[in-house]
Amino acid sequence: MDVMPKWAEVVLVPLISLLLAAIISALVILAIGEDPVAAVKLMVTGALGSTYGWGYTLYYATNFMFTGLAVSIAFHARLFNIGGEGQAMLGGLGVALACLYIPWPHWSLALIGAAFMAGLFGAVWAAIPAWLQAKRGSHIVITTIMFNFIAAALLNYVLVNMLRPKGSMDPATARFPDATNLPTLHDLLAPLGIAFSKAAPANVSLLVAVAACFALWVLIWRTRLGYEIRAYGHSESAARYAGISPVKITMIAMIISGALAGMMATNNVMGEAERLVLNSTEGAGFIGIAVALMGRSHPLGVFIAAILFGFLYQGGAELALWTSIPRELIVVIQALVILFTGALDNMVRIPLEKVFLALRRRKTRGAG
Amino acid sequence: MDYLTFIQLLDSTVRLATPLLLACLAGLFSERAGIFDIGLEGKMLAAAFFSAAIASLTGNVWIGLMAGIGASLLLSGLHGLASITFRGNQLISGVAINFLAAGMTVLIAQDWFQQGGRTPSLVGGARFEGITLPGADAMADTPIIGPLYSELISGHSILVYLAFAAVPLTWWLLYRTRFGLRLRAVGENPASVDTAGISVVGLRYAAVGICGILCGVAGAYLSTALQAGFVKDMSAGRGFIALAALIFAKWRPWYALWATLLFGLFGALETRPDVIEALIGMKVQGQLLGALPYIMTVVILAGFVGKAIPPRAGGEPYVKER
Amino acid sequence: MTPETTTERQATAASTAPAIELKGISKAFGPVQANKDISIRVMPGTIHGIIGENGAGKSTLMSILYGFYKADKGEIWINGSRTEIPDSQAAIAAGIGMVFQHFKLVENFTVLENIILGAEDGRLLKPSLAKARRTLVELANDYGLNVDPDALIQDIGVGMQQRVEILKALYRQADILILDEPTGVLTPAEADQLFRILGRLKSEGKTIILITHKLREIMETTDTVSVMRRGEMTATVKTSETSPAELAELMVGRKVLLRVDKTPAQTGEVVLDIKGLTVIDDKGVERLRGVDLQVCAGEILGIAGVAGNGQSELLEVLGGYQGGTGEVRLNGELLDLTGHLSDGQSRRNHGIAHVPEDRQREGLIMEYQAWENTAFGYHHDPAYRAGLLMNNTAIRDDTTGKMERFDVRPPNPKLAAKNFSGGNQQKIVLAREIERNPDLLLIGQPTRGVDIGAIEFIHQQIVALRDQGKAILLVSVELEEILALSDRIAVMFDGRVMGERLPQDTDEKELGLLMAGITDTDAPHSVAEVEANLAKAASAEKRT
Repeated sequence: MDVMPKWAEVVLVPLISLLLAAIISALVILAIGEDPVAAVKLMVTGALGSTYGWGYTLYYATNFMFTGLAVSIAFHARLFNIGGEGQAMLGGLGVALACLYIPWPHWSLALIGAAFMAGLFGAVWAAIPAWLQAKRGSHIVITTIMFNFIAAALLNYVLVNMLRPKGSMDPATARFPDATNLPTLHDLLAPLGIAFSKAAPANVSLLVAVAACFALWVLIWRTRLGYEIRAYGHSESAARYAGISPVKITMIAMIISGALAGMMATNNVMGEAERLVLNSTEGAGFIGIAVALMGRSHPLGVFIAAILFGFLYQGGAELALWTSIPRELIVVIQALVILFTGALDNMVRIPLEKVFLALRRRKTRGAG
Repeated sequence: MDYLTFIQLLDSTVRLATPLLLACLAGLFSERAGIFDIGLEGKMLAAAFFSAAIASLTGNVWIGLMAGIGASLLLSGLHGLASITFRGNQLISGVAINFLAAGMTVLIAQDWFQQGGRTPSLVGGARFEGITLPGADAMADTPIIGPLYSELISGHSILVYLAFAAVPLTWWLLYRTRFGLRLRAVGENPASVDTAGISVVGLRYAAVGICGILCGVAGAYLSTALQAGFVKDMSAGRGFIALAALIFAKWRPWYALWATLLFGLFGALETRPDVIEALIGMKVQGQLLGALPYIMTVVILAGFVGKAIPPRAGGEPYVKER
Repeated sequence: MTPETTTERQATAASTAPAIELKGISKAFGPVQANKDISIRVMPGTIHGIIGENGAGKSTLMSILYGFYKADKGEIWINGSRTEIPDSQAAIAAGIGMVFQHFKLVENFTVLENIILGAEDGRLLKPSLAKARRTLVELANDYGLNVDPDALIQDIGVGMQQRVEILKALYRQADILILDEPTGVLTPAEADQLFRILGRLKSEGKTIILITHKLREIMETTDTVSVMRRGEMTATVKTSETSPAELAELMVGRKVLLRVDKTPAQTGEVVLDIKGLTVIDDKGVERLRGVDLQVCAGEILGIAGVAGNGQSELLEVLGGYQGGTGEVRLNGELLDLTGHLSDGQSRRNHGIAHVPEDRQREGLIMEYQAWENTAFGYHHDPAYRAGLLMNNTAIRDDTTGKMERFDVRPPNPKLAAKNFSGGNQQKIVLAREIERNPDLLLIGQPTRGVDIGAIEFIHQQIVALRDQGKAILLVSVELEEILALSDRIAVMFDGRVMGERLPQDTDEKELGLLMAGITDTDAPHSVAEVEANLAKAASAEKRT
C-alpha cells in the first residue's frame, strides 16, 4: 500500500515545502533589516490590491504557465529540460519575424501566425538536444544548458547584425506594426463593463496559456500519446517492450516542451514589449522549473504555481520600489522553492510518511 | 602577429583559464564520486562575493579567501544534504544552488555596501597581486626566453600557480592513493564500496567538500585577483564552461588542464578581434567565439569526436538494495 | 572498527562453539515482517544451507549478519562471543565474508584493485597492490582459485568474477563465507567447480553458508540445512537425514506437486519458423549466431540455457524490440526484423503475445494502476478508444473481468502494480497476454519470484493455452520447469542452439552438458574440458 493518501502527496507535501521556503525568506528579510510582515502586506497590495497589480501578476503568470508546462511535459517523459530559457528566446525571434515581415490584417490572425512561429522556433531549438539525447545519448540537461548560451549568442548576433533598424544603437528590432498589437485585459473586459487597468500588460495570450493548461491536461491524462509519454517516463525498458519508441517519445515530448516555451513569446514579446529586445525572457524559462516542481508537473498545479510566482514577481517589484529589498529576493525565493519542492523533497516526505504510518498503526490498533 | 602579442595572448589565456581550471577540477572530484554538480557556477559566484566582501572589510585578502571558501563549502554542504543524505535529484539541487547564489549575493551586497549589488573596489592587501618570480626583471630583455619567462610565467597571482599545481596533485590523489581508489570506486559502483565496509556517504561528502574548496578558490580568484571587487553575476557562465571542459576532458585531470586552457584561449581571443583577423584573415563575431565552448561541448557530447563516458553511478543516489 | 565483544563467554566455548549462532533475530520493514524470531547454529568447518522460497527472508537474514541492516531484536554470536554488527566493517572484522548474488565489483578496475578496495594497507596504493599480488598467488595455490590479477572486471566472465568475490573475502581473512544464490548465473559445470572450491575451503576449516532455492544444490553440497518460510525458520536438519520432498514441503508448508499434469501434445501446423536468426547488440557483440527453431501449434517449446546465452535476445527479437537478421515467419508470413514494422505494436498485430522475462522492468509500469497496465501494449486497441481519447471506463471494466478470471488478489483495478505481490503481478501480465488469444505466446521466466501457489496456477494456464492449439515458446533458466512443461526442449549456448531433445528422452545431466556447449553428450567429459569451453566462449565475446 502507498504510505500516504493521495491528497497528502499532492497538496500537503508541496504546501509544507512552500512554507519552509517562506520561513527562510522571512528570515532573510529580517536579516537585511526589514519587516517581513510589512513586506508581505506590501506585496499583497502591490500585486493583488488593484487591477493594475493584477494585470502585472497575470502578465508574469502567463509567462510562467507556458514555461512551467514546458518543463512539466518533459518531466513526464523523465526528461529535464533546462533549456526553456533558450527556447523562449528563439520563440521571441519567431514572433519578431512573423510580426515584422508578414502584413497581418488583424491581431487575431497575427496571434495565430506568431504563436505558430514561436512554437516552431522553440520546438526546433528543443528538438536538437532531444535528437542528440535519443540518437547519440548526449545528456539532455547538459545540452539544453549549452543551448541556452548558444541561443543567447545567436539572438545577440541576429539582433545586432540583422534585425536592428538602421541608425539604431539599441540591439533590438523595430516596433511591430499596430495590427499585431494584442488586446490587453483592459480592452477585453471593457465590453463586458468591467474596468481594468489600461497600463497593465496582461493580454489575450493569458487565455492562450489557460487553454494550453487544459489541452496539456487532456494530452497527458486522456490520450494515448500521453499514456505513452508517462509510460516511457516511468520505465524506458517497459516502453520498448510495449512497442513505444523511445526516440519518438523523446522527440515528441521535447518538441511539445520547446513549442510551449517558445509560445511564451506571444506574451512578453508580442503582447508587452511589441518588439524583440535582448534578454526579453528575463529568466522566465528557469522559473518554469520552479513552477513545474511546485505544481507536481500537473497542469492544474502549474496553473496555480504560475499565478503564485506571478504574484511573487509583481510583489517583488513593488518591494524593490518602496523598500531597500532588491528584486533579487525573488530569485532567492525561487531557489528555495526549487530546493525544497525538488531536491529536498525527501526531507519533507520521509517524516510525513512516518507520521502517516504511525497514524495508520494507531487506527488499526484502535479497530483491532 | 608579433611574438610579444603572442605571449600576451597566452598570458591572458592563463589568467582566464585559471578559474575554469579550478572549477573544472572541483567538478571532477564531485562527479568522479558520483555526484553531478551543475552548481559550480553558484558556488563560484558566492565565493567571489564573500572573498571580495570580507577582503574589503578586513583589508586582508587571505581572510577574504577563507570566507569565499567557507561560503562555497556551505553551498556544497547543501548540495550534499540534498543529493547524498536525502537522495534528492542532483541536477535540481544544482539549479537551486545557482539561483540561491545569484540572489543572495546581490541581496547581501546591497545590504552591506549599498552599491547596487557590488563591493567597493579592492586595493592593496585586499587583492592578490602578481608575484614577480626571481630573475624575471633581469631576464626580461633576453630574446625569446625573456618575455616568455617575465611575461607569461612570472607575474601571476599565487592562485594561478596554485591552480596549475592542483593538476598533478589531483592526478596523484586520484590514481596513487587509497582515497583516490575509493573515490573512483564510489562513482562507478557505490555498492562495491559499501560492501567493503567503507562509508559511501562519508566518501561522497569528502568529494563534495573538496569540490567546495576548489570552487571557493576559483570564485576568490575572480573577484580578488582577476578583477578588483565583486559585481553582480560576475561568474558569467564560467561554472558551465568548466562543466563543459570537464566533459571535454573525459573526467581526467591532465585533460582538464588542456581543455580549460583551450577555453581560456577562446576567452582571450574574444577580447582581441584584431588578433583573430590577423590570424585567419577574416572577421569573426565575438558572439560566435563566446559560444564556441558551448558548441564544442555539444559536439563532444554527441560523440562525433571521441565519446565521453561519465562515471557509471553519476547522478544516481545510492540506496542499499534489499 | 572492531566488533564489540562482551565478557560473557560460554563455558564450553573454545573448540566446540558454533562459528555462528543467531538468537531470536527479528526484522520488520514498515508493515512487512521479514524475519521473525530466527535462531540458528552453524558449526565451524561445515557447509550450512539455507533454503526457502523467494521472499522467505533468507537474504534479509544474511544482510543482518553482514551489517547491512540492524535487527530489531536478537543476538549474534560469533565463535562463542556475543558480537554487535552495526555495519559491514564490523562484519569483516568478525571474519565474515559475503558473495552477493549481484556482484559488487567495479567494472573498470582491475581484479587486484577490486580486491584491495577497502582493505588497503596504508594511504598509498603501491605497497597495497604489491602485497595483494603476493597474497593472491598464495590463495590461488591454497584453494585453486586462479585469476589474472591485472585483468579488468568488464573483460572477464561471470564465473571468474565470482571467483574475484570469493578472493575478496579470503583476502580479508574471512573464516565464514556467505554465498547468496551463487549458481544463478553459472552453468551446471561451473557450479560443480564452485562447489569443489567450497569443499576445499571447508576442508581448510572455513565455515560456509549457502543460500539457495535449488534443492539439488542443498542435497549435494551441504552438511546441515535450515528451511525458511515467510520470515520464519521452519526447521534445521542434517542433510543426510532428509529428502528433497521433505524440504519442499517444509519450504511451502504443504505437499507440493513437483510435476505438471498434462496430456501429450496434439501438434498442428508450424506457427513460428526461425531460420538463421542473428543478433548483434549495440556493443557489437554477437548475441545470436544463426538460430534455427520451429514451434508448432499446440506445442510448448522450452528453451533451456544459462542466463545470458542469447535467450533474452531471442525473446526480444520476436517481441519486436531488438533488431536482427535472418528469416522469421509467423504462419508463413515473413516478419520485419529491422525496419519500421519491427516493434512491439506490429508483433501484437501479428498475433504474438509476450510475457517478458522481467515483469517489473518490462511487463508492467509499476507506478501505473492495474487497469492502466491491462492496456499496456494494447493501448491502440479500438475497444479501448473513444474518438481521439482513451476509453478509460472500457479498460477498467475489462480489467475487472480479467482480474476475476485470473484470480488476481486483491481484485482492485485501481491499485498500482507495485502494490501487488510478485505472483499477482505475473497474473496481471498473463491475463493481458493470454486473453488476447494469440497464435504464439512468448513467455520468459514465467515463475521467477512467484510463490508456489501461483506457480501451479500459471503452469496450468500455459498448458491450457497449448491445449487450445496455440504455439508457445518458453524460456526458463530453471531446468525443472523446462522439463515439466515442455513438449520439446532446445538448449542454447553462446547464441546457438546446441541441440533439441524430447523431455522423456533426456535428463538434467545431458541438458547440463549441452548448456555448456558440449554436444557429444554420451562421451565422458572432464570438468577442465567444460571450463575450457566456457572460457573460449567468454573470450570470443570479448573480441567481437
